[in-house]
Amino acid sequence: MPAVEATTPTIRKTALNAAHRQMGAKMVEFNGWDMPVEYPSSGGIMAEHNAVRTGVGIFDVSHMGDIRLAGTEALAAVQHISMNDAGRLAVGQAQYSALLYPQGTFVDDVIVHRLDEDDYLLVINAGTREKDFNWVRDNTRQFNCKVEHLSDDFTQIAVQGPKGVNLLQKLTDADLAAVKFYWVTRGTVCGLKNILIARTGYTAEDGFEIYIPADEATSARVWNELLEAGKEFGVVSCGLGARNTLRLEGKLPLYGHEISDTINVWEAGLDRFCKMEKPEFIGRTALEKAKAEDLRRTLVGLEMVERGIARDGYKVLDEASAEIGYVTSGSPAPFLKKNIALAYVPPRFADVGTSVKVEIRGQGVRAQVVPTPFYRRPKKT
Amino acid sequence: MPYPTDLKYTKEHEWIKVDGASATIGITHYAQESLGDIVFVELPKVGAEITAGKTFGTVESVKAVSDLYAPATGTVTEVNGELATAPEKINKDANNTWMIKVTLKNPGELTGLLSAADYEKFVSEEGGH
Repeated sequence: MPAVEATTPTIRKTALNAAHRQMGAKMVEFNGWDMPVEYPSSGGIMAEHNAVRTGVGIFDVSHMGDIRLAGTEALAAVQHISMNDAGRLAVGQAQYSALLYPQGTFVDDVIVHRLDEDDYLLVINAGTREKDFNWVRDNTRQFNCKVEHLSDDFTQIAVQGPKGVNLLQKLTDADLAAVKFYWVTRGTVCGLKNILIARTGYTAEDGFEIYIPADEATSARVWNELLEAGKEFGVVSCGLGARNTLRLEGKLPLYGHEISDTINVWEAGLDRFCKMEKPEFIGRTALEKAKAEDLRRTLVGLEMVERGIARDGYKVLDEASAEIGYVTSGSPAPFLKKNIALAYVPPRFADVGTSVKVEIRGQGVRAQVVPTPFYRRPKKT
Repeated sequence: MPYPTDLKYTKEHEWIKVDGASATIGITHYAQESLGDIVFVELPKVGAEITAGKTFGTVESVKAVSDLYAPATGTVTEVNGELATAPEKINKDANNTWMIKVTLKNPGELTGLLSAADYEKFVSEEGGH
């Protein structure tokens, strides 16, 4: 089993908590947060998932954290703690990256946004907020750069799906068509000036994430205006359940599952976001050494062949029923209508078409290694 | 009234409808609502013995795996095969979507089961809604 983050003793609430409850959302605790898992009023996880694949859905992702690094040496500081190359970012551009421990394993994965010349925003996971902030602060002290924890300043709403651009454009003066995937802009949204709008998301679909002031009244007003303006596109509110199945279909990693403090970059298959040509960053030395050695395990996609659903933590077995690995995330895939999973196995079992089994309630149930991502959004014509 | 009075209920959210020495078993409206979209049901085979209070199968939604607990002891005489391909029927009408039929070992000795009114009170306290 992968390492699991300890949960915070007090349950935290986003500024939209009352709005979710008013809508009758099913609430669950997630990494110390009281969050909606699904909305029966939207039709539940499957309907929410498919709305994002074919139309548009909105998510409260205010539990995500934000760290700002600003100052003359902000770039050098980001380069030191982040495995991707922030030197390649133009102002207004963003990139997927990770913060690593010296051993090449994960503190967290992040999106690095370059907001201005010497101004960077890292968006981090909910369960690792404090750990990440302390890590960033402690490891950037030698740089002339101010590190601020802005997590509680924003309500973050994700507007996801092929119709997301049409919905958000109704509520902003920013020219969204001009914003490319993984770029950001600023504009007036629902009458709020200078709002950060990023063309990012965690659904393997086109979409935007907006960062608005975290007060309850403003947050609820924007949430409701999105629902109202999105009616013509069939917008639904979506919870963490659909967020998880959407990201799984797109093979987007989740901290504590596909990545953790015991899994390294090569095992997780995130090579293309790790720029070894950078002369230095935390974790680089260990990764260089690990690269010269054989991988012990690698992340693969599985599709169930026999009837059964692989779940997080289930064992993966070979044909002879010997244990070879474990499932990091497993679920029915609502859009693909298959039972899929991500799993760590030794590289000799990683070829597409390899037959394995997943142990479900004591029985080895047949599965096979398939290409990933399981889902890739159609290219726009 | 989501909980018909001719059924008896368990605190694990199964219902049982007794007719002499035989009985029909399913899960409650509250159970399907808590689970969400049901995508998979695993049931015992005809001839299997089930024991009151012990698990007899599994039901899975997109996000959760949940054990099924037997409301009574008996032998399975029939299994609702439809649920293998259409488990969502349970979401649509939990009270009328049966899972298994059994011959009761001790008809008339059903203990620890709740009436509809008691079950409704129980779930209103448990679920807080």
